[in-house]
Amino acid sequence: MWKLEPRPEASNRMRYASPAVAVVLTIVGGMIVFSTLGKNPLDGFRIFFLNPVRDINAIAELLLKATPLMLIAVGLAIGFRANVWNIGAEGQFLMGAVAATGVALGFQNTGSALVLPAMIVAGAIGGGLWAAIPAVLKTRFNANEILTSLMLVYIAQLAVSWLVFGPWKDPAGFNFPQTETFTDAALLPILIEGTRLNFAFVIALAVLAAGYVFMQKSYAGFKMRVAGESAAAARYAGFSATGVIWIGLLAGGAAAGLAGMAEVAGPVGQLTDKISSGYGFAAIIVAFVGRLNPIGIFFASLLMALLYIGGEQAQQYMNLPSSISKVFQGMLLFFLLGSDVFIQYRLRRVATAK
Amino acid sequence: MMDAQGGAQASGASPRLALTGITKIYPTVVANENVDLTVMPGEIHAVLGENGAGKSTLMKMIYGVVRPDRGEMRWEGNVVTVANPAHARELGIGMVFQHFSLFETLSVVENVALALPGRPDLSELAERIRQVSDKYGLPVDPRRNVHSLSVGERQRVEIIRCLLQTPKLLIMDEPTSVLTPQAVRKLFETLRKLAAEGCSILYISHKLDEIQELCHTATVLRGGKVTGHCVPSQETPKSMARLMIGKDLPVCKHDAAKAGGDVRLELAGLSHAADDPFGTDLKDLRLEVRSGEIVGIAGVSGNGQQELLYALSGEAPLAEKFPVRISGFDAGRMAPGRRRRLGLCFVPEERLGRGAVPSMSLAENAILTAARTRGFLRRTLLDFKAARAFAAECIERYNVKCGGPNAQARSLSGGNLQKFIVGREIMQDPKVLIVAQPTWGVDVGAAAFIRQAIIDLRNQGCAVLVISEELDELFEICDRMAVIAKGRLSPAKPAAETNVEEVGVWMSGMWPGAQGAAEVAHVEA
Repeated sequence: MWKLEPRPEASNRMRYASPAVAVVLTIVGGMIVFSTLGKNPLDGFRIFFLNPVRDINAIAELLLKATPLMLIAVGLAIGFRANVWNIGAEGQFLMGAVAATGVALGFQNTGSALVLPAMIVAGAIGGGLWAAIPAVLKTRFNANEILTSLMLVYIAQLAVSWLVFGPWKDPAGFNFPQTETFTDAALLPILIEGTRLNFAFVIALAVLAAGYVFMQKSYAGFKMRVAGESAAAARYAGFSATGVIWIGLLAGGAAAGLAGMAEVAGPVGQLTDKISSGYGFAAIIVAFVGRLNPIGIFFASLLMALLYIGGEQAQQYMNLPSSISKVFQGMLLFFLLGSDVFIQYRLRRVATAK
Repeated sequence: MMDAQGGAQASGASPRLALTGITKIYPTVVANENVDLTVMPGEIHAVLGENGAGKSTLMKMIYGVVRPDRGEMRWEGNVVTVANPAHARELGIGMVFQHFSLFETLSVVENVALALPGRPDLSELAERIRQVSDKYGLPVDPRRNVHSLSVGERQRVEIIRCLLQTPKLLIMDEPTSVLTPQAVRKLFETLRKLAAEGCSILYISHKLDEIQELCHTATVLRGGKVTGHCVPSQETPKSMARLMIGKDLPVCKHDAAKAGGDVRLELAGLSHAADDPFGTDLKDLRLEVRSGEIVGIAGVSGNGQQELLYALSGEAPLAEKFPVRISGFDAGRMAPGRRRRLGLCFVPEERLGRGAVPSMSLAENAILTAARTRGFLRRTLLDFKAARAFAAECIERYNVKCGGPNAQARSLSGGNLQKFIVGREIMQDPKVLIVAQPTWGVDVGAAAFIRQAIIDLRNQGCAVLVISEELDELFEICDRMAVIAKGRLSPAKPAAETNVEEVGVWMSGMWPGAQGAAEVAHVEA
């Protein structure tokens, strides 16, 4: 009989090996899925995992896809480390997109150089304000932020729908649910000519670096970590519990809002009712696969972007349904959580009792 | 003492309990190694040892809570394997744990009924409880709810629960740590009566004077191994201490306090309703602690110490400013951080999870309270190098056994972590130091060291408040002493002008001029 017993000390090797183990198991699981669907698993592997990195154009697409994920995930990680469970980044992403679009629609025809910076600020504020709602509810009424932040996602989605079907609908858009396309003044500059990779990637790297300094080096980040590890110790040391909740939610909200801005002012170039493709939820997986660490998050967001693009390619070349990306994301999180058990536990063979 | 000893030997044909070669190994520690233990019928047998010597593990094996890895247990001559506590009770083994297992919202008789097999008739059971409590001098009203009982009364309920099953062996784990000196005497009478009727008692303690007074024989454990046997009545506390810790008990140097220091900490009529429905409300507490003196607050735990400490540290700030003054500032509504900036340092009762973050390194745990006082801040960023250096100095000066400043707090033993936390607070040169249970769970040598460090800090002019349940400790280090009982605080008296007897009486709430003294007297009688 096998028995799961606690390790005397958490295994550090397992802590870093477990994401790699999860990736390998996801690939193996994916090949099995391909086989059972009657596809050649090696073709599947090539299309899913190698196509997205085959040339500079493909790599630019990959980085473009990874940009919103790393932005949102690093913001969320700051909260998650302090046990602030913001599940509503998707809604904060949408509200950031809405705020940035508002600025764009209002001022883009002025052609001013200030439009883009104003959109960046508006995006962060829009996401931050949306995250401030669960923060108020948590600090004033002790309402669970997991529920409130998640419910606000649906409100945000309906608000976006209302805007693009109603007041903001492009009059020349053949009744499609979308705003007019942005002019150059409201679009982020392209980094590599001929690709779609834009300046948002640089912003994301800067946010990652800032997140690293905040979490690992700053006193405020230290307080957040203490609050996450032990609420009683934080109280003893005199760290404000309210402050921790506010910082945790606002960091996630502002970062998600920035990501939303980057999407409307980047590859999409307008606000539509399908602006997000679930980045806010995928980023939760990215944050955990990256061990809530900015460096880990960088690599995890590349991996998650790979799954997104690989899924698209599989649709295109293998006639697989679009939900294939979700299947891979689910497998990745499942295998990661499964491997994480072995950080604290080990499997031992024990003699069966007679 | 002599007659009790005679009784034990007279009835002794075959031993009631005999352990041979008992060994229990946990992943990181050997809790017991080749332990032999023999208990005769009617014998009160002490198991003596410091915290972590393996006493509790040994008792849990006898009671069937954990299983030994090796070794043999004989019960009345037959080899047995105790499968679980229910099996132990069937055999006739009863155990009173250090931490009670009673449901606060149920009555005494309901609590007792839960421990019995089947569904006993409650009124009949109440009658039996009354009989047993009369017979052994354990007065308890079966219909009262447990949350309204004092700690001493709760212990009586636990003992009665065991006695209803007429045990042949009763295990008592550190039973006196929660009792007043007077209640201890009552308990001893009960235990002697039980022993005279042939019940064997295993008495776990590290208090040498009690063992000398009560027990017929003693087995001494150190580091999981038996290091000696003795007849306590023929030993001195000093000789037993040597068996227990392997060396003589260290003593502290304590000169008289300098008089006339300025008032650093003042309670000016502190009243506070407890947040917890079963907590203790604080009622009109008044106290002054001056620079250069150590004031002790004695009392049985659960009489308002927790609530008082939360109000002093600021972890539960008050509604008004005036009741707590620190260094001359009204601090009642201040958060812990602001009180620390007034020069307050605080060693809490729980070290892991409150005084230190288990998963963080000692250097990071130094940042926890010393970031501002010891300058680990470079604007908003942390200077980890300075924190590591501070932690290393603390480890060195307070002789903390650990893997260095990067060792996780949870990897340290309780006593070593306590030394680190005490060191961390003292090394911040506080104006006011508040210490709860300074040496709880710390071995005797380290305890003496911590006490000396507190006295040295006082000599440098710090105002120190110590809250402890250990009377001996308070008498050893305090200049003045007060007692907390039922959320009220007695006047403080110079330690030299009082004694254990008087403090013991005060611990049940009966100091001169105390409100409700009569009511308390009724309950404790």
